[in-house]
Amino acid sequence: MSPVTDPREAPLPARKPSGFSNLVLHLHPKLVPAAALPLSRTFGLGGGAAVLFLILAVTGSLLLVVYEPSPERAHGTVTRLVDEVPFGALVRNVHHWAANGMVLVTLLHLLRVFYRGGHLPPRRGNWFAGVALLLLVVACAFTGYLLPWDQLAFWAVTIATGMLEYAPMVGGLLLRAARGGADVGPATLARFFVLHVAILPIAMLLLLAFHFWLVRKVGGVILPEGSGDRASPRGALVPTSPNLTQREGAMALGVLAAVMVAAALWDAPLLAQANPGMSPNPAKAPWYFMGVQELLVHLHPALGAVGVPLLGVVLLLALPALGGRQPPTGRWFGSARGARHALVAAAVGAVGTAALVVANEPLRRAPPWLPGIPPAVRSGALPLAAMAMLLLGAAWLSRRRGATRIESVQSAVSFALASFGVLTLVGVFLRGQGMALVLP
Amino acid sequence: MTAPSIEPAAPDRRDFLGKVGKGLGILAGVELLAVVVAYLAPGKGGAGRGAALVVAGPVGEFTPSSVRAFPGGKFYLARLADGGFLALSSRCTHLGCMVPWDAKQRVFPCPCHASRFDERGDVLAPPATRPLDLFPVVIEGGIVKVDTSRRIGRARFEPGQVTYL
Ligand code: HEM
Ligand code: HEM
Ligand code: FES
Repeated sequence: MSPVTDPREAPLPARKPSGFSNLVLHLHPKLVPAAALPLSRTFGLGGGAAVLFLILAVTGSLLLVVYEPSPERAHGTVTRLVDEVPFGALVRNVHHWAANGMVLVTLLHLLRVFYRGGHLPPRRGNWFAGVALLLLVVACAFTGYLLPWDQLAFWAVTIATGMLEYAPMVGGLLLRAARGGADVGPATLARFFVLHVAILPIAMLLLLAFHFWLVRKVGGVILPEGSGDRASPRGALVPTSPNLTQREGAMALGVLAAVMVAAALWDAPLLAQANPGMSPNPAKAPWYFMGVQELLVHLHPALGAVGVPLLGVVLLLALPALGGRQPPTGRWFGSARGARHALVAAAVGAVGTAALVVANEPLRRAPPWLPGIPPAVRSGALPLAAMAMLLLGAAWLSRRRGATRIESVQSAVSFALASFGVLTLVGVFLRGQGMALVLP
Repeated sequence: MTAPSIEPAAPDRRDFLGKVGKGLGILAGVELLAVVVAYLAPGKGGAGRGAALVVAGPVGEFTPSSVRAFPGGKFYLARLADGGFLALSSRCTHLGCMVPWDAKQRVFPCPCHASRFDERGDVLAPPATRPLDLFPVVIEGGIVKVDTSRRIGRARFEPGQVTYL
């Protein structure tokens, strides 16, 4: 008896795999639980990120044929690529949109895993591998950002590497190690180039193999309780080929098509060649750093540039341990109550953050209140304490109103994520010249 | 040399050796990291520095309460109302953008995160936490010169930082 009732979801009988699917099948077991097949289990996000990585590797290798990594030549080679090389603009656009898509899809994949309890034991190890992958993806996207050596690239990288200086004690050393000197220059480009085309992609490839292996080792993706019975907790098994492989193939084609359409419609930006003497106004970071950039407007740099990003990574790593001993239910948000609490927490976080941003707009230009208090306390330690209280408060309130421990942690995380999401949106759409609030 | 023992090592000894092995491994990892960072971070002196004396011009060319940009040297030469000179680095102390000079409002507004500095380099509006860096000014025979090889960080403006005739 199959647990799947929708005839469209009914499993197909096993099929002899072709040469290509033989390769794909190497990553999979022969049989998979029928309950793992519906799209809403994973939304195919992990697989989508993997496909985007392959697209990036192929288009990146093509770019390498034309691109030259020196400050004198980089911008010229990208201009030539776009203007003269046949399909050069297309290749560059595909690389650009696949890169942005990969950051986005990886973040969505993280959310999917988290809101289904996939970060809790027995998948804790793979969550840690995932956090490392996330850092690699962002590092890859950011090192690539510098390579065209235009005004956008130069100043975004100046600002982002400048943040390292606020790391306690080793800040100056880290800054010079990242830039290869006091300022962004030829040594920075050399570093970022090697990282971008060799070190980071190879590290990502190795870690991805490990990531996939761990998914398989615990018996596949997390399933909702009640997918099977006592004897076989995962329910009925169906042949991987063609049941899973066909779905994966469709997903891969969909991702490829989406990237091609984006590449055909929108060109990757290329501003004038980098000018170290003049910052553009406004100077904007890539979108996945906009939340941090918005924090920088409001907070002491040691908190905005170093503290919050570091604490964010620590929080991600701590999530499995915060979940307690209960096993996850495998349902979205744990339960209907969990979903309600997460939604309310997210709404409060979003609205509260928006209100704070607007309220601080006149304040941050006025002379500082309480001038006797040093800025490190006024816009560093105090906001940090307030953030910690809000997070703990969200978890505590949720717990008091009947949430399980996992769900209360989920409420606090939803609060933080929504808040960061609003900061990102404000940074992307509402900041104009001189970082003033403007309508889009 | 003692004969190798046939019995397996006692659990606490094996434990201990395991811990030593782990500790050495971590130590080796830290050393490796330090080597990589040191390899990547050049000395503070930096390459290509050295004599970078910019001749700004005769004293008389700079009227009091004026600010003139020297884009090549990435600094502004400010002549304060009392006739003293300050050479202000144009690199924002927040995260390193180049600040323009707004002559009408008499401020340096940073385009990146909206820090504002006055003509002495002091912070008027955060997020910057330190005033603009200085370069030493020397006046020799009525000619103002700025040494852009020596960047001076400071916590606040003090009268001692100003160079007079
Ligand atoms: C796997 C091997 C990869 C190679 C060989 C490669 C190679 C390159 C090269 C040569 C460029 C410079 C051309 C240009 O700027 O237009 C570039 C740009 C870039 N790469 Fe990659 N890349 C790879 C993977 C990735 C990955 C995984 C990401 C992100 C997740 C990424 C993100 C970017 C970005 C954002 C740019 C800037 C493109 C632009 O918008 O101008 N790359 N890459
Ligand atoms: C390059 C980026 C990544 C790729 C290509 C990738 C790929 C995959 C794939 C294909 C799966 C199988 C299930 C699915 O498709 O969702 C998976 C599962 C998983 N991923 Fe990722 N992943 C990436 C990043 C991450 C990140 C950033 C995290 C979390 C921090 C993460 C944590 C996990 C966990 C815990 C599982 C097991 C979930 C379950 O069994 O339900 N991954 N990943
Ligand atoms: S770099 Fe000037 S305010 Fe941030």
